[in-house]
Amino acid sequence: MGRMFTLPLRLPNTDATHKNEHKHLGGAMDDQQFRQEVRAWLSAHFPSALAGVNPLIFQGDARAAAASTDFQTWRQAMADKGWGTPTWAKRYGGAELPEAQAQIIAQELAAIGAFNPIRSYGTMMLGPTLLEFGTEEQRLEHLPKISRHELRWCQGFSEPGAGSDLASLQMKCVDKGDHWLVSGQKIWTSGADQAGWCFALVRTDTSVKHNGISFLLIDMASPGVEARPIVLISGSTHFCEVFFNDVKVPKGNLVGQLNKGWTIAKRLLQFERASLSEVKTDVVPLAPIAHAMLGTDPEGRIADPLLRGRILHNAMRHAAYLQTVRRLSEEARHGGPNNGVSTLKNLWSGIVQRRAELMIEVQGFDGLGWSGEGYSKDGLEATRALLHSKAFSIYGGSYEIQNNITAKRSLGLPDR
Amino acid sequence: MAVLNDEQIMLKDMVTGWARERMPVTQIRSLYDHGGGGKQGEGPGFDRAAYGEIAQMGWTGICVPEAYGGSDFGSFSLGFVLEELARTLAPLPLLSSGMIAASALVLGGTEAQKVLWLPALADGSAVGTLALEEGAHHAPDTIAMTATQTAEGWRLDGLKRFVADGMGADLFIVAARSAPASDTADGITLFLVPAETAGLTREALDQIDARRPADLRFDGMVLDARAVLGEVHQGGRLLTALLDRAYAGQAAELLGLAEQALETTLEYLKTRVQFGQLIGSFQALQHRAAEMFGEVQLTRSAVEAALTAIDTGDAETSSLASLAKAMANETAHRISCEMVQLHGGIGMTHEHDAGLYLKRARVAEQSYGNLSFHQERWARLNGY
Ligand SMILES: Cc1cc2nc3c(=O)[nH]c(=O)nc-3n(C[C@H](O)[C@H](O)[C@H](O)COP(=O)(O)OP(=O)(O)OC[C@H]3O[C@@H](n4cnc5c(N)ncnc54)[C@H](O)[C@@H]3O)c2cc1C
Repeated sequence: MGRMFTLPLRLPNTDATHKNEHKHLGGAMDDQQFRQEVRAWLSAHFPSALAGVNPLIFQGDARAAAASTDFQTWRQAMADKGWGTPTWAKRYGGAELPEAQAQIIAQELAAIGAFNPIRSYGTMMLGPTLLEFGTEEQRLEHLPKISRHELRWCQGFSEPGAGSDLASLQMKCVDKGDHWLVSGQKIWTSGADQAGWCFALVRTDTSVKHNGISFLLIDMASPGVEARPIVLISGSTHFCEVFFNDVKVPKGNLVGQLNKGWTIAKRLLQFERASLSEVKTDVVPLAPIAHAMLGTDPEGRIADPLLRGRILHNAMRHAAYLQTVRRLSEEARHGGPNNGVSTLKNLWSGIVQRRAELMIEVQGFDGLGWSGEGYSKDGLEATRALLHSKAFSIYGGSYEIQNNITAKRSLGLPDR
Repeated sequence: MAVLNDEQIMLKDMVTGWARERMPVTQIRSLYDHGGGGKQGEGPGFDRAAYGEIAQMGWTGICVPEAYGGSDFGSFSLGFVLEELARTLAPLPLLSSGMIAASALVLGGTEAQKVLWLPALADGSAVGTLALEEGAHHAPDTIAMTATQTAEGWRLDGLKRFVADGMGADLFIVAARSAPASDTADGITLFLVPAETAGLTREALDQIDARRPADLRFDGMVLDARAVLGEVHQGGRLLTALLDRAYAGQAAELLGLAEQALETTLEYLKTRVQFGQLIGSFQALQHRAAEMFGEVQLTRSAVEAALTAIDTGDAETSSLASLAKAMANETAHRISCEMVQLHGGIGMTHEHDAGLYLKRARVAEQSYGNLSFHQERWARLNGY
């Protein structure tokens, strides 16, 4: 009888080259001391005006990030300290800390309502990928800038004809001897109009599917690159369609071997899914809003009993989800195998989307305003959050695709 | 599951091996009459001999301190033993006796009471259980059975219903109303009542899981003051502590049941052929399986968190225990339904195991609080 229910997930250690063997006896003591250090440093450096601010404002919008002096001070401080990418080697701009201490930094950030200002596609996706597959030259060129969050990266994977079936992608890349020549189109490329660079999947062999894909780093300032923003249902224009018209790319920008890009992409997608389902510390608790909007019964309970039941159901799943993230990262630290990320991503998207819907339901018409003085700030934010949340089960591999992966990899169910 | 230490790994392997060898599903099946229900008029509804065996291996003493013959491994360890044993629906009173009754004495017993009962519970020579319910639903807040203070001590009158493992138990932990609830006292007192005490009659119930719970009638039962467990009129706190263990322990059983039900179903999806292909290759079924797997993950996390909280004395214990029981109820419910459905016709037969999992799941869901009980409790504890 197969036993596939234990140790389903390994959250990626962000530094594959730096195995953190700090298992001496004083570990726990050192950690305690380190926590004190982190607290002291944070209280000296984190701008209090940023406490509780949603980091997505800055992550998703380079202009907002540039315009906020608080954000820039904070980014600078964390970059200098190397704590945005704490486990990376110092030569890459990290702090060479063991995973346990990286966790302590994350916990202490969360405890004061702070966030990691360095967190980006670079730290979550490309960085770990270069650490595993890049050359030392590529790492030295790109990682220090990522660990300072000096320039943004975008992910050029999806194409008009290649979404879930990503490996059917067609963007052409031809070997011209002293350079690659790239032409084709990408779509749904988040932040492409604000990105300095793009990590892209390109077709280098048209005669085979998966084994004809390569992983290429492209400077977005290259002649022939054009990014056009697309408006989302939430009103945001954070993703683009990107055209590549005979773009010249240096030979050294190929990551890994020619035609072996699919393996790298799969690994990168694991990093992406894991980062997507990390604990969000910024969920707004539903109870106070429900009390305020719906009133309470004589026993202090949310007055609408049927809606209360649905809120509870979601709140309890959320509580169990947080315990799941905690359990799986604990198991990952002890080295479990690596295939539960898809399950976790679906749990997360389902619970967070449901939560966003409930938030609107609790607010009634107040949750349905697009703009203006007639609506509360909370109400307007909830509307946008709801609309934005619909993407969670589409990007990073859709809900259905994640279920396919779980069925095959975790449960061993057969192909047709 | 959570990271185990070496002793725990050894224990878990031992339980898995023993359950597979000695406690396959045929054991619970042997307690069934044809088609369902327990065999009438026979036995305690659990396997006495097997209970003696697990006592010898020390599993009944996991929540008992070493000074009283136990190993004091803690609730977390007992939780995964319960989970493993529930995979094969092992008909054993380990939750009732090893977790709830033993904890009652550990948490509330006088030295004399501990010396009298704990070694016997630990070595399996006595089986204890909680006699709490008076109606068809878990209702720890509306205890009506009366305990009246008398010259000799106490007199108990009333009915306790659906007492788990009640036909084979030697000791009942009885919760009774000794005073009206007031601002300073909850009015509940707990009693230790040996099964042979005069004034007690018990009657077997034929439950769908073949586990024969009992209805207990207390008719002017006379007890002396030494029968009181914990504080007079202040039993509510102790009862809550016991129930948190019951919730987490029952949730651990439901988790094991659900995991095995899913695994058995997956095996079927990988062997049954229709339309010229394995039914497990149909995407509609794959996605249902993937979702069930996700629910099991959430449930495992909640169960482990609750058991850990009990061991560390966490302030969130009650909240986590209700979270665990609610999640486990829902997950076991869903998977036991899917187990029947995805087996098709064979799943409807008494010959197949699916029905046994479904029946046991329903009883365990009802035991110590259904979904809405735990949602409401969690809600109140968390300000909803
Ligand atoms: C907000 C947002 C940001 C994004 N950012 C980026 C980015 O930065 N870079 C990038 O490269 N891409 C990005 N994407 C693209 C995203 O990865 C794709 O949208 C996604 O992979 C789905 O592809 P598609 O849109 O072509 O949908 P399709 O693949 O056409 O899917 C349509 C529907 O069919 C279902 N479906 C498809 N195949 C199967 C199957 N085998 N079994 C069952 N159901 C199936 C899907 O689940 C979906 O419901 C982003 C998307 C969004 C919404």
